Amino acid sequence: MSPVLPAVEGRAVQATGAGARPAAPRLRRSPWETRALRSTLLTAGAWLAAIVASVPLFSVLYMLIVRGGSRLSWEVLVELPPAGFEMGGGFGNAIVGTLVMVGLGALISVPVGIAGAVFLAELGPNSSLAAAVRFAAKTLTGLPSILAGVFAYASVVLVTGTYSAPAGAVALAVLMVPTVLLTAEEAMKMVPRITKDAAYGLGCTRSQVIWKIVLPTAMPGILTGVMLAVARAAGETAPLLFTALFSSYWLVEHGAVGLMRPTASLAVLIYNFAGMPFENQIELAWAASLILVMIVLFINIASRLLGRRRA
Amino acid sequence: MINQVATNGHATSNQNGIVIDCKLKQVYYGDFLAVRDSDVPIEKGKITGFIGPSGCGKSTVLRSLNRMNDLIRGFRFEGHVHFHGQDVYARNIDPVVLRRYIGMVFQQPNPFQMSIFDNVAFGLRLNRFRGKVGERVEQALTRAALWDEVKDKLKNNGLSLSGGQQQRLCIARAIATEPSVLLMDEPCSALDPIATRRIEELMIQLKQNYTIAIVTHNMQQAMRVADTTAFFSVEMSKGGRTGYLVEMGPTQQIFENPQQKLTKDYISGQFS
Repeated sequence: MSPVLPAVEGRAVQATGAGARPAAPRLRRSPWETRALRSTLLTAGAWLAAIVASVPLFSVLYMLIVRGGSRLSWEVLVELPPAGFEMGGGFGNAIVGTLVMVGLGALISVPVGIAGAVFLAELGPNSSLAAAVRFAAKTLTGLPSILAGVFAYASVVLVTGTYSAPAGAVALAVLMVPTVLLTAEEAMKMVPRITKDAAYGLGCTRSQVIWKIVLPTAMPGILTGVMLAVARAAGETAPLLFTALFSSYWLVEHGAVGLMRPTASLAVLIYNFAGMPFENQIELAWAASLILVMIVLFINIASRLLGRRRA
Repeated sequence: MINQVATNGHATSNQNGIVIDCKLKQVYYGDFLAVRDSDVPIEKGKITGFIGPSGCGKSTVLRSLNRMNDLIRGFRFEGHVHFHGQDVYARNIDPVVLRRYIGMVFQQPNPFQMSIFDNVAFGLRLNRFRGKVGERVEQALTRAALWDEVKDKLKNNGLSLSGGQQQRLCIARAIATEPSVLLMDEPCSALDPIATRRIEELMIQLKQNYTIAIVTHNMQQAMRVADTTAFFSVEMSKGGRTGYLVEMGPTQQIFENPQQKLTKDYISGQFS
C-alpha cells in the first residue's frame, strides 16, 4: 500500500484507487515541442551573437596582419618617418614617443589614482567627498577623449608655449586616472573585512593595515586596472593631436632628451599617414596599426596574467 | 585565591588574579543598545568561556576588551575595562598599542596572503622585534601545535593550508608577540570536529602562558575547556534586542548547579 499523496496545490494527485501507482512520467526528449524549439532557437541566437561580437576584432586583426604584416621589418621599427615622395623609412620615433607619453601619463595617474582609491576604499568610504569623487570619476570615464586634449592644451601647451610630450602625457593621464581609481577601489574593497580585522587585532595602525595588508592583497587587481588604463591610453589619438602634435624627429638628439617639443606617437602617425596620397605612407600606417594593436594586445594579456595570479 | 560566586551571580575575586576587569554598563551601536550591565572579570592563566544564545552580545563584550569594536561605526562603550590598572577606554589610551597586549583569534581563519613564516613574523616585525625572528616563529608555531606540519614548507602561502591548520596559524600569529591575553571569538565554528579537538587541546596547553577568553556557541566546548563560564542572555528592549550577563562562575557550577533560572533553562534545553 503506497501512502496517500498529499494534494499539491494546482496539481491533482494521480490516484485512481487504493494501491494504484501513478503512470510513469514520460522522460524522453521531444525536440519538436514548442518549448524545446524555443530553447534551441534562443541558444542558437546567443551563439550567433557571441560570434558576431568577436567578428570586428578578428577582422581587424586579419586586415592588419595582411596589410601591415607585409611591410613589417626591422627598418620600420628603427627609422624616422619619410617625407612626401621618399621611399622607405619607418616610425621608430613614434614608438618611442608613444611609450614615453604613456609612461609619463602612468607616472602621473597611477600614484594619484591609487592614493585616491585608498581614500575611497579605506579612509572615507562614506564621506560626501568620496561620493563626489566617485561621481566625478565615473563621469570622467565617459569623457570624450578630445576634451582631455583640450584640457591639456589649455593647461600645459598654452602655459609652456609649446607642443610637447608632457602635454600629451597630461592629456593621457586625465583619461587614465578614473580607470585606475575605480578599479583600484574595487580591488581594495575585495580585501576581506576579516583579513583587515586580523591586522588590527595584531596592533596595526590604520596606515599599517593599508600599507602592509590592503595594498599588497589588492595589488593584482590594481595592476589589472593600471594595465587597462595604459592599454587604452596607448591607442588614443584625439588627446594627442593638439598636445603632443607630431614630429618627424627623435626625442633624443645629440645625446640630449628634448621632451619640450612636438612629439610623435603611433596613433597620430596612423591618423596622418592614412590620409596621405602616397602608397609608402599608407603602407607605413598599416604597419604602425599592427604594431599598436600588438602593444595593446600584449598589455591586455599581461594584465590578464597578473589578475589570474591571485586566484 | 579561589573565586567566590556571589549570590547575584557575578563573580567577585582577588584583584591580583584578574588581568582584565570589565565593568560594562552599556554598549551602543548607534542608537541601538546592544549589551547592558555585564561585569566580566577575566582571570589570569585561566580560560574564561562566554556562552549564550545568538545576539546575546557575547562577541561584542569580547571585542570590547581590546577595543576591536572601535572599528565599527557608531560603537559607544559606557563603563570601563581595566587592564593592568588602566582603563582601556580612557582618552589617553592608544587602542593600537593595547591590541599588541591583547591578541585576538577570529571566527573565520584569516591568514594573510603571504607565506606561513611571514604570517607569524608579521606581528614581530610590526613591533620592530630585535632578536632572532626565526626562533620566535618556530616557538610560536610549536606552541600552536603546527610546527611539525609546516616546518618544511614555511615559504608556502598561509592560505594553502587546511582550515584547521589556518586557524592554528592564526593562533601562532597571535601568540608570536607574546600578548598577555588571547581573545578567541568562536575559533572553532568554521572547523570540523577533529580540527576543533586539536584547537581545544591547544587552548589548554596555552593556558600555562596566556590568559584566554573564548566565545563559543558550543556548550560542550565551554564545558571541555573553560575554567570559568559567563552566561549571557538577550531580552527585547527599545530599538532591538539587548544582551546582558546572567551569571558567571566556575564552569562546573554553571553547568551543574546554575543559580539563575535562565541559565538552567538554557543549559537543560540544550542537553535534555
